[in-house]
Amino acid sequence: MSGANGVTETREPMLELDEIHVYYGNIAAVKGLSLTVYPGEIVTLIGSNGAGKSTTLRAISGLLPVRRGTVTFQGRKLNGVADHEVVRRGIAHSPEGRRIFPKMTVDENLDMGAFLRKDKEGIAEDREMILELFPRLRERISQKAGTMSGGEQQMLAVGRAMMARPQLLLLDEPSMGLAPVLVDVIFETIVRIREQGTTVLLVEQNALAALEVADRAYVLESGSLKLHGPADELAEDQEIVSAYLGG
Amino acid sequence: MASKSVSVPHRLRWPLGYTAVAVLVFLAYYYVIPNLGPDAQTFFRNWLPLTSVNEALVWVICALGLNIVVGYAGLLDLGFVAFWAIGGYVAGWLMSGKFYDVNFNFLGGASGPGIHISFWLVLIVGGAFCALWGVIIGAPTLRLKSDYLALVTLGFGEIIPQVFLNGDNIGGFNLTNGAQGITPVDPIAIGSTKLGPFDLVWKYLIFVGIAALVVFITLRLREGRLGRAWLAIREDELAASMMGVPLMRTKLAAYAVGAVAGGLGGVAFATHVNGVLPDRFNFSISITLLAMVVLGGMGNVWGVILGALVLAWINSTGLPQFGTSFNDQFGTNVNFPSYNFLLFGGILVLMMLFRREGILPESRTRLILKEPSRTDMESLHADMEEAAPELDEDLEPVIAADGTGEKA
Repeated sequence: MSGANGVTETREPMLELDEIHVYYGNIAAVKGLSLTVYPGEIVTLIGSNGAGKSTTLRAISGLLPVRRGTVTFQGRKLNGVADHEVVRRGIAHSPEGRRIFPKMTVDENLDMGAFLRKDKEGIAEDREMILELFPRLRERISQKAGTMSGGEQQMLAVGRAMMARPQLLLLDEPSMGLAPVLVDVIFETIVRIREQGTTVLLVEQNALAALEVADRAYVLESGSLKLHGPADELAEDQEIVSAYLGG
Repeated sequence: MASKSVSVPHRLRWPLGYTAVAVLVFLAYYYVIPNLGPDAQTFFRNWLPLTSVNEALVWVICALGLNIVVGYAGLLDLGFVAFWAIGGYVAGWLMSGKFYDVNFNFLGGASGPGIHISFWLVLIVGGAFCALWGVIIGAPTLRLKSDYLALVTLGFGEIIPQVFLNGDNIGGFNLTNGAQGITPVDPIAIGSTKLGPFDLVWKYLIFVGIAALVVFITLRLREGRLGRAWLAIREDELAASMMGVPLMRTKLAAYAVGAVAGGLGGVAFATHVNGVLPDRFNFSISITLLAMVVLGGMGNVWGVILGALVLAWINSTGLPQFGTSFNDQFGTNVNFPSYNFLLFGGILVLMMLFRREGILPESRTRLILKEPSRTDMESLHADMEEAAPELDEDLEPVIAADGTGEKA
């Protein structure tokens, strides 16, 4: 699936983090992390609890300030850009814990995902594409989202983020709290999302599954980069497997 | 969801219903009641005088404004009386002899020294001025999380009436006449006719019209982009922001639109009681408005209208009248109106126990209460139960399609 490192690095990066530091109050959650995402890739951030994975995503989407270092997206600096502006620039974030709108219907939730868009035809097209991707959502289209099962809510959260027609999709723990059968469905969908031209930055605790779909992976440990490389190589690395994959 | 096949188009349904009720009430007070026997007339004069209807309509206008802030955007506002007061004082300044050294008359309802501007223009100015103040008050406060926001709005609700109460000497300038307030306020002028103190039916029509305007604006906003943004903020602020909803601007819009309704109500109230008095604008008004919204059904325009009409009537007429009848009957001397908050409190407690969603709840709330959101464990369980057999069949084609690189 993925090329060797040399192949990918000749392209212009889509997203570039350069030595970023992110704090919660006085506590550094991310310390000098650098990473690069190229267009059309699935890149995964793995690591144990509290390694700074979700924090990194939040910093990219403007939910947390980047104290030092720079975030560059498509050649433009993203530091200090408000979260609702980041969406406009082409980054959609499907957050940890799904955070769907429980009292809105599935349809209204999808509609909210396209909040900034004005192209009615494009929105209808994407809505159709997402309902193809998640047939379960079509069945429940006028159901209140809060009454759906966890897997369905996760599908909705991913679908809603896709409604923004992002160039880069940030997925935070899409498999968390899901029954194993649904985890497979979610990961299959991530692959299909990339095939439709969306770049994916995926944060996962389920590292094994993440490495299976990703092109490249970054392993974080207490806020810093431990190592990175092509996903298939990392999956075979004995040290990684024993340390992070529970192998 | 799916509308039933009634011959009346969906869009016209509420305006027709609203107009029908408004016209019926008008006809009742204009033709029917004056032609009834003396007993029936006394009954209506005691239990349902037109002044109490008019006053209830002012409450409706203000409650609809508060509903936008609390019911739609989910921002708790404990100081809504501030906008009612500001609207009232705008009417006081622009429709009276208060500034007697200025002589300005523009289609006003009175002549002589002072500023006398047409009621209709003052409505617009009052609404706009309140919107401005909504933004001024909102901008620093709306950054706060909900509990703190409630406290700060409470503060502003106290400060603004105090400013009016003590505004008779602002660096030597008398802005508000202090505790005396500004009386009288000009009568409403329609062309060359001026509505006197006994033209209550016409005032009723005007107030019903203002309320209709507020209902119209509220419903239109709700259906639009702004309405969806408010709803999203009410449900999950962070998620809304991630969808691209600018939080500050959207909340400020709720505050400003709500304030406009408060201003319209304030101007209407000033003409209703023929003056503005600072001691009328106290905390109990904010609380009563909030009770109307909660009682009627937060977020549902019709529920809020019902709640406002009922509570306003109990307050102005129902309770005093019941007290009089009770005292006459049993020879007691209980001051019933002074127990109004005991009654409201009791009603609210009962509502929270037995009908949390209000008398006429918003359809969203009704549905979710009937079928509550699942907890994490419940939804995990549901996935196992529901999804497993279906997914076993589904999984294969998904993987196959993956290889073909299917595009939508």
